[in-house]
Amino acid sequence: MLFTSVDDVSARLADAGYLASPAVATTVFLADRLGKPLLVEGPAGVGKTELAKAVAEVAGARLVRLQCYEGVDESRALYEWNHAKQLLRITAGRDETWDETRTDIFSEEFLLPRPLLTAIRGDDPKVLLIDETDKADIEIEGLLLEVLSDFQVTVPELGTITATSRPFVVLTSNASRELSEALRRRCLFLHIGFPEEELERRIVGLKVPGLDEALTESVVRVVGALREMDLRKAPSVAETVDWARTLLALGASTLDENVVRDSLGVILKHQDDVLKAAAKLDLGAV
Amino acid sequence: MNAAAPADGAADRLTGLVGALRSHGVRIGTGETVDAARAVAALGFADRDRLREGLAATLLHNPGQRRVFDPVFDVYFPRGVGGPDGGAPADREELRDRLTAALAANDQALLGQLAIEAVDGFGGYGGTAATDGWSSYQTLDRLRPQTLMVRVRDAVRAQGGAAGFTDRLLEDEVRRRIEVFRGQVATEARRRIAERRDRDEIARRAVAPTADRVDFLFAGRDRLAELRRAVQPLARKLATRLAARRRRARRGTIDLRRTLRGSLSTGGVPMRPVLRRRRPVRPELVLLCDVSGSVSGFSDFTMLLVQALRDEFSKVRVFAFVNRVDEVTGLIGPGAADPEGLSARIRAEAAITGWHGSSDYGVAFGEFAERYTGAVGSRTTVLVLGDARTNMSDPNLPAVRQLTRQARRFHWLNPEARSQWGTGDSAALAYAELVEMHECRNAQQLSALIGRLLPV
Repeated sequence: MLFTSVDDVSARLADAGYLASPAVATTVFLADRLGKPLLVEGPAGVGKTELAKAVAEVAGARLVRLQCYEGVDESRALYEWNHAKQLLRITAGRDETWDETRTDIFSEEFLLPRPLLTAIRGDDPKVLLIDETDKADIEIEGLLLEVLSDFQVTVPELGTITATSRPFVVLTSNASRELSEALRRRCLFLHIGFPEEELERRIVGLKVPGLDEALTESVVRVVGALREMDLRKAPSVAETVDWARTLLALGASTLDENVVRDSLGVILKHQDDVLKAAAKLDLGAV
Repeated sequence: MNAAAPADGAADRLTGLVGALRSHGVRIGTGETVDAARAVAALGFADRDRLREGLAATLLHNPGQRRVFDPVFDVYFPRGVGGPDGGAPADREELRDRLTAALAANDQALLGQLAIEAVDGFGGYGGTAATDGWSSYQTLDRLRPQTLMVRVRDAVRAQGGAAGFTDRLLEDEVRRRIEVFRGQVATEARRRIAERRDRDEIARRAVAPTADRVDFLFAGRDRLAELRRAVQPLARKLATRLAARRRRARRGTIDLRRTLRGSLSTGGVPMRPVLRRRRPVRPELVLLCDVSGSVSGFSDFTMLLVQALRDEFSKVRVFAFVNRVDEVTGLIGPGAADPEGLSARIRAEAAITGWHGSSDYGVAFGEFAERYTGAVGSRTTVLVLGDARTNMSDPNLPAVRQLTRQARRFHWLNPEARSQWGTGDSAALAYAELVEMHECRNAQQLSALIGRLLPV
């Protein structure tokens, strides 16, 4: 058990610089208590990966990260034999019998553990982050199912390796592909959306300490209004923070039309969106 | 008793909640129910919001289900029992004043409290002592929170809360707060009704289904807007699915002749199978949409979806018709897209109606076959969107037959239930003999069909 209560989760994550909404804190607490993996979905830039890092920090655990991409396979995710080293070993020991060599080259020394195996072996606490799970092929999900339900891995030459201490597992997804129902069933589901106004103000206050309070409030309100506008890419928390930093660097003390017009490119990434937002906010021509 | 099982009655509550969610199409297994019970045991009943989040985390699997979950949760785990504590029934003006103050301060807890009082004071109908029911509609009709907009705005301004640039955002923000309050009133009314009647029935009937299961033909404006917002993510999902199909399709079958010729060097043993190479062709797509009032919601959504998928095809052409055909590809293009005004724009800028305003499939097909015959070739897949209700005129089957011969594939997506086909003025069955007609009533069916039917 990493945490004693939901309040404990919020307080300790806040110390690590992650302000958790009630939903996030509750779900992290449950994931820890029920020992289930946590599947986090949400738009880009709301702090899905940050959550895993913050949990690792407060738990004093090692963060093991598996970054998924199209074509990631077992040898990248689980383990691999170090063939080159095995060949060297065989050439070095010329006088041995085959049986001796064979038992030796399939030992720990020649095993290259990849993230999933790393997370299962050893006694120290670990946080396993499987990032952008939706980018991986469907085949890798089958592998994840096996690892995440029993926390054990079978290496034919070595036998079955079972986790002595279960890692805290976080999977993230941008929902570019529907993950399989089987994988979803094994996980607690957490959707992190855009934060409430009050929480976002606190996040900006924490990340950009120099910005004065009134300006922070205006920034958050404008971003909130932009999110309501049905844009191609709604600004995320990361963009809010970027914008706050930009305003700080520009030395703006209040928001006015000129400042917003000039810095709109920081929060909106498509020209269509910039035009639409400018029209709705009465900024005049951009 | 199971160690994880919470206090008496809670298990019944939980299974009731799960049953209600299942009846709304959320798939929940027994394992998840057990997890949910363990979550309840770990969290306790002290904090209702935590309980809500905990149950959502264990029972739900995707964000769309949250819309169903929240109202159902409110019915099974209500905030309290009965009306507000003590006090005379609220006076309308006094309640409006307090509501104005709460909206100006954006105090969620206070708004929730006011919603309870409002339903208690104005929502009851039937006899006075033993009220027969509670109505959120009646509450809102008497309270009229939407008319408070100006007062709230002035109250906020008086406090100096919104000077300078952000002042222009104020009205929209106040409107959103009022929307939230209306939602709270609806929730409260449902809770009061559920106390008097069967909880399971209320949970089943009074909670709206998820947007992708709403019939296109009966979807209201806000539901259609919600669907439009879902177009981009859905298109991305379908694009990955199409790409995967395409990857599989590229691995061709074995080319026997070349395999045997290659096997000569290995003494006739075919060591290396040679696969038939496939020429990469990006298929063309022609969309033929009925945009008359009855089916325009369906056509709009499908047009937007196909347009968002345009990178997957070498060419996408979109034609709209009511009783005349016109090309509208340019109106849907990436820059021009303002999804809300789409149907209005099509109606204003394209010549789609002739002498009268009701749809006529026969004339439209005839005109299409005549004017745009070049648009349909051997690589084209044609999708027709419409309910095939021709208002009793000639369905013009020969024109359709000609088009099916020209096109590589020809599909028809019909937003009506299959049982309705051929009833009244529907010529669906006549057309269905010539072309493959698919029932496509909601976004869920549509995405399944598009993932399956679109050429790769």
